[in-house]
Amino acid sequence: MKTRPSISKAELAEKFRSFIDPDFVITDNETMKPYECDGMSMYCEMPMLVVLPETASQVQQVMRLCNEYRVPVVARGAGTGLSAGAMPHKEGVVLSLAKFNRILEVDPLARTARLQPGVRNLAISEEVAQHGLYYGPDPSSQIACTIGGNVAENSGGVHCLKYGLTVHNILSVEMITAEGDRVVVGNDALDGCGMDLLAVMTGSEGLLGIVTEVKVKLLPKPEVARVVMAGFDSVQKAGDAVGGIISAGIIPGGLEMMDGYAIVAADDFAQAGYPRDAKALLLCEVDGTVEEVQEHIEQAENLFRELGATSVKTSQSEEERALLWKGRKSAFPAVGRISPDYYCMDGTIPRRQLAHVLLEMEKMSEKFGLRVANVFHAGDGNLHPLILFDANVPGEFERTEAFGGSILNLCVEVGGCITGEHGVGVEKIRQMAVQFNDEELQQFHDLKVAFDPRGILNPGKGVPALKFCQEYRSLEYKQHDHDTVEVAHG
Amino acid sequence: MADESEALRKQILSARKNNQKLNIVGGGTKDFMGRTADSHAETLSLAEHTGIVEYHPVELIMTVRAGTRIADIEAALAEEGQCLHFEPPRFGDASTLGGTLACNLSGPARPWTGSVRDQVLGIRLLNGKGEHLRFGGQVMKNVAGYDVSRLQAGAMGTLGAITEISLKVMPLPASSMTLVQDMPMADVIRYMNQRAGESKPITGAAWVDGKVYLRLSGARSAVEATAEKWSGEVMEQGEAFWKQLQHMTHEFFQGDAPLWRFSVGSTAPNPELDGPMLIDWAGSQRWYRGEANMAKLESMAKPAGGQVSLFRGGDRSDEVMHYQPEALQNIQKRLKESFDPDGLFNPGRLYSWL
Repeated sequence: MKTRPSISKAELAEKFRSFIDPDFVITDNETMKPYECDGMSMYCEMPMLVVLPETASQVQQVMRLCNEYRVPVVARGAGTGLSAGAMPHKEGVVLSLAKFNRILEVDPLARTARLQPGVRNLAISEEVAQHGLYYGPDPSSQIACTIGGNVAENSGGVHCLKYGLTVHNILSVEMITAEGDRVVVGNDALDGCGMDLLAVMTGSEGLLGIVTEVKVKLLPKPEVARVVMAGFDSVQKAGDAVGGIISAGIIPGGLEMMDGYAIVAADDFAQAGYPRDAKALLLCEVDGTVEEVQEHIEQAENLFRELGATSVKTSQSEEERALLWKGRKSAFPAVGRISPDYYCMDGTIPRRQLAHVLLEMEKMSEKFGLRVANVFHAGDGNLHPLILFDANVPGEFERTEAFGGSILNLCVEVGGCITGEHGVGVEKIRQMAVQFNDEELQQFHDLKVAFDPRGILNPGKGVPALKFCQEYRSLEYKQHDHDTVEVAHG
Repeated sequence: MADESEALRKQILSARKNNQKLNIVGGGTKDFMGRTADSHAETLSLAEHTGIVEYHPVELIMTVRAGTRIADIEAALAEEGQCLHFEPPRFGDASTLGGTLACNLSGPARPWTGSVRDQVLGIRLLNGKGEHLRFGGQVMKNVAGYDVSRLQAGAMGTLGAITEISLKVMPLPASSMTLVQDMPMADVIRYMNQRAGESKPITGAAWVDGKVYLRLSGARSAVEATAEKWSGEVMEQGEAFWKQLQHMTHEFFQGDAPLWRFSVGSTAPNPELDGPMLIDWAGSQRWYRGEANMAKLESMAKPAGGQVSLFRGGDRSDEVMHYQPEALQNIQKRLKESFDPDGLFNPGRLYSWL
């Protein structure tokens, strides 16, 4: 929905300054500059102004004013998002929740924590470790990303298959609606009466409300965790090995795959002792009680050998386990070292399509003339292709975007989806037209109106305007039809 | 095994034209739930819309038509050594997956394995305009678009007719064991929460008639080692007890006295009520039998961090679900409007105002 603010920048800033510390109502370009993008730095925009409230009632007042004057509001946590979901609106306000950084309450017996949205993901687990507890979802950015942003994106991490996403690990959120109402969605119980508004809030990318408090569930720390690393001489074999583990009734805490490119880059970076000649690497972590882990690790080792692993190694200590993970967790920066820039994609596919998808991706890589490395949450089918490019070469980012778009279309084609955990934001908004038809997209727009009648929350993100969809679909169709990707994308 | 979606769509379009309200019915085993159904409404039956559309055991994902019986789904899964590990309650052989999701019903393992809502990955839905829409997907992770699939959990069909559900399935546990011991109600909340806070393969914690029951499931070695360490006697036929809780066939649930469900914080003190109580989900779900005033029970549920509903029996012409604050009522009314602009589906079934 298009909004046109009916208030000037100076007037709005003055109103904000009447109830927010004036130092935190930012209007000059220099101080606003760091807010022009999130982790997806290719997409930038300067906002009208930036505001950093510190209480929920200040957020309420901000929302009431913005709703009254139809000013777009873009909520922002740590700005680590990878789909430009927190990119500012040029006629709007960036509402930073950075000052909401307190852990309000930890209840070890109930295994819950009440948090302000600006608390960092990793800080939760660090705080509750003294009680033998931790918070499940662990996105790669967990050192920096905040729980509020995790709610907005429904963040996952490497332990999703067993421990779920953000939506499975939160009990309630306090939020300020677009109209400035302060409501609690969810409660301390495991469910509530009526429609599941908590589920629809989770992953809504700041389009439905501003979260000002989150209550999360905590999990008892497993007694022990061990990793089996297995190298394979083909992606197909590694994929089959993943299926073999699942078929044996083992649900690993984490199950990650890397392709040849990623293995070498990560090993150069972390010296993790990866088999550098392998075409695919599996990291299979089993956690639980001492007995259970022992039983499952033995099963996994045998299975990998039976299914043709060229090397199998199991962590014998916490240090060794950490080292094996270090390679995987630093795969993105590691790949960043072998290329001036990289573009991280986030499609999800049915696991059985993996070999086909990787093969198709190789063909695309040749066609676009760009290298691609792959890390894959093999347990849950979430693929992260990293396209390597150089932003200083004219036209190379455009080609990268087109390559990325083609990968996402392929994901949908094989029965998957365009984003597993990074969100749609601005980045994947065109591909929404590939995954959903007009009626479905219209239903999304109508759903938003129920929360945000004037369309002020993060407008232009997440769900595309229908008039652009037809155009994109026909463009994509042409591209498929004639197999002339470069031409179709100009 | 038939795709009836086109016939269902036509019925919705014709109802819309004739301003005819619709009661969505699957197997008809949950007629007792919610407020009394509108007697002037026509039945929109999903009972023939059945069949497993896709099942890939190694993907841990199954897609079924919403009218498929739970029993048929579980039989197909069992052949592959898998299960619906949210343990769907069945109130009769005809219980369907669609109804289970609409009512958000899950069994005793729920705190550890997740609920039906947690396992849902995608749905197809016929909205009030007769549009057959697809949301979510057939993959574990999908954050494209709003989570309309999970929004249906507890909506009791007020947003549309769910026609197809994709959900996560899990391996059957390799072994299970139940420990039982005497314990007064005053001590049990703390005890169950302490046990749930240990890193052990616990999948059930319930209390009834002065006894606490804990279930362990998973790798045999882990189950046996934990049973050694924890107090309580190993219960023969333990699984039968959990089935009685799951399907509500336990003696506690018999008879006509109104059945109230408190969904509260797991550590909240027990509400001070005269009459039988059964505690499940390590304290998060507490059942109470007896005549009571809704407002009074709501005032007990709220400080306990949760809500109360009149699950079965009692006066079903009045509200049976916990009060919703005005701002949340408004959002739900507008959501209803966005999916079902003519208010065709299940009028007044969830709340009088919906």
